[in-house]
Amino acid sequence: MSLDKATVAKVANLARIKVEEKDLEPMAAELNNILGWVEQLGEVDTADVEPMTSVAEMRLRWRADEVTDGGYVEDIVANAPSGEDGYFAVPKVIE
Amino acid sequence: MGMIIQGATGDWEVVIGLEIHAQVTSKSKLFSGASAAYGAAPNSQVSFVDAAMPGMLPVINEMAVEQAVRTGLGLNAKINKFSVFDRKNYFYADLPQGYQISQYLQPIVGEGKILIDLKDGETREIGITRLHLEQDAGKSLHDQHPSMSFIDLNRSGVPLMEIVSEPDMRSPEEAAAYVKKIRSIVRYLGTCDGNMEEGSMRADVNVSVRRVGEEFGTRCEMKNINSVRFMQQAIIYEANRQVDILESGGTVEQETRLYDPDRGETRSMRSKEEAHDYRYFPDPDLLPLEFDGAFIERIRETLPELPDPKKARFIKDLGLSPYDAGVLVAEKEVADYFEAVAEGRDAKLAANWVIGELFGHLNRTGKDLADSPVEAPALGDLIDLIKDGTISNRIAKEVFEEMFDTGKKAADIVEEKGLKQVSDTGAIEAAIDAVIAANPDKVAEYRGGKDKLFGFFMGQVMKATQGKANPGVVTEILKPKLDG
Repeated sequence: MSLDKATVAKVANLARIKVEEKDLEPMAAELNNILGWVEQLGEVDTADVEPMTSVAEMRLRWRADEVTDGGYVEDIVANAPSGEDGYFAVPKVIE
Repeated sequence: MGMIIQGATGDWEVVIGLEIHAQVTSKSKLFSGASAAYGAAPNSQVSFVDAAMPGMLPVINEMAVEQAVRTGLGLNAKINKFSVFDRKNYFYADLPQGYQISQYLQPIVGEGKILIDLKDGETREIGITRLHLEQDAGKSLHDQHPSMSFIDLNRSGVPLMEIVSEPDMRSPEEAAAYVKKIRSIVRYLGTCDGNMEEGSMRADVNVSVRRVGEEFGTRCEMKNINSVRFMQQAIIYEANRQVDILESGGTVEQETRLYDPDRGETRSMRSKEEAHDYRYFPDPDLLPLEFDGAFIERIRETLPELPDPKKARFIKDLGLSPYDAGVLVAEKEVADYFEAVAEGRDAKLAANWVIGELFGHLNRTGKDLADSPVEAPALGDLIDLIKDGTISNRIAKEVFEEMFDTGKKAADIVEEKGLKQVSDTGAIEAAIDAVIAANPDKVAEYRGGKDKLFGFFMGQVMKATQGKANPGVVTEILKPKLDG
């Protein structure tokens, strides 16, 4: 697998990360290095190995259906740059 | 019956598949302990998990798992003892995590099937592709401020079940019947309240058209439709739009479209396409969801009798018509009410009273069954009075009217108003003699062969007795007297 400049630009846009035009080419090269490194794992024969879902020997913990949290509007919106009446306010997003 | 669009170049068949988002009935959210209740003050039911504060970890709500399994069983579907939560990445102001925790390749429920109820008691099987658990997003309000959108995260993290159908529906009516059936099933199961106005059930509708019997065409998706009526309008508009494109030599683009009920049209949401590269991957904060067969069996044991088996029982054991049975089982509350009325009584008569008189009065007064002034035992008492000959069916309708208006008991109304049916042969005979004496010409015509006049005499006698004469007794005495 190999990333080109256009793919890097697209992924950056989807992740809302601003990457300057001049940095796209070097970033593609760096990412390709990482991908190449990870792809070495493909050399291992895993035909008879169960897929591993976690490095920890544990099961998913379940919670009882009780209301134990919430009720602190001020804390939730405390860091918001803008808000009103307990709402977050963001630049209008309607199309 | 499928919907066929007759184009200039031939017939087109409409193909419909649905994704229904149903809010799981639970006290708290899918991955946090904040309340999942509807309608609270903005951001008052938000935990730091739901607001995606750094370092917060999701912990799954056991009730959401149970409800998903229960719903899967109700959809006759395969339950997957091993399923995986994935991150569905997209960027939007009401999604603080920047991703929705959902299930992608390994959902909790696999393939199933349901029967939809069509006109005249007919049914059709529709395939279920899968059901998975996911988080709801927050709510954006765009009309509160001239230049800002307001965000309320109370819905953020509320558990949803996404129920995906096979593209098995062929008309707007079938799509409507499917939504109604899913709603009926989840309400019976108690896994979702099915309230479309409050958004606890909403549908994404996929529509394509094809030449009858050929390969599927390219589909368009219309998102977040929260009314069955709008859904049908959207399907009709969209199918015709696609036929127009194809017949004029164009191709349908696969895209997300928005249905605008005010204008009755669908519009492209092209700007959303780029954003819908979801880059799913397993959520590293959550281990796979696993349970054993015993867990499934424990839930299976608590399943109520569902609408289809109940309908079959009403037809087979109670002798109801498929239509009446279908009407009575659609809502569990109605079925329970009917069964309470029918218990130990003539079931067909009970069905007629519930569907005819009770529903008629409820519709006219805009009341729900829950607010009915006439409860099931009271309606049962009224039917008993008809059966034992105390009142006629006609008088019973008057009595019911008064029961509905005043909440009084049937027996009390009959007593107070002196509505008891007269079976006393002496009194009836006197009334008959008077009617015969008053209409010598009609008697002569009857005897001359105009049999139809019997109804006239019957009516006159009933009128003379204010409708209280027992019609059976009247017939018995009137017939020989007229025949002379």
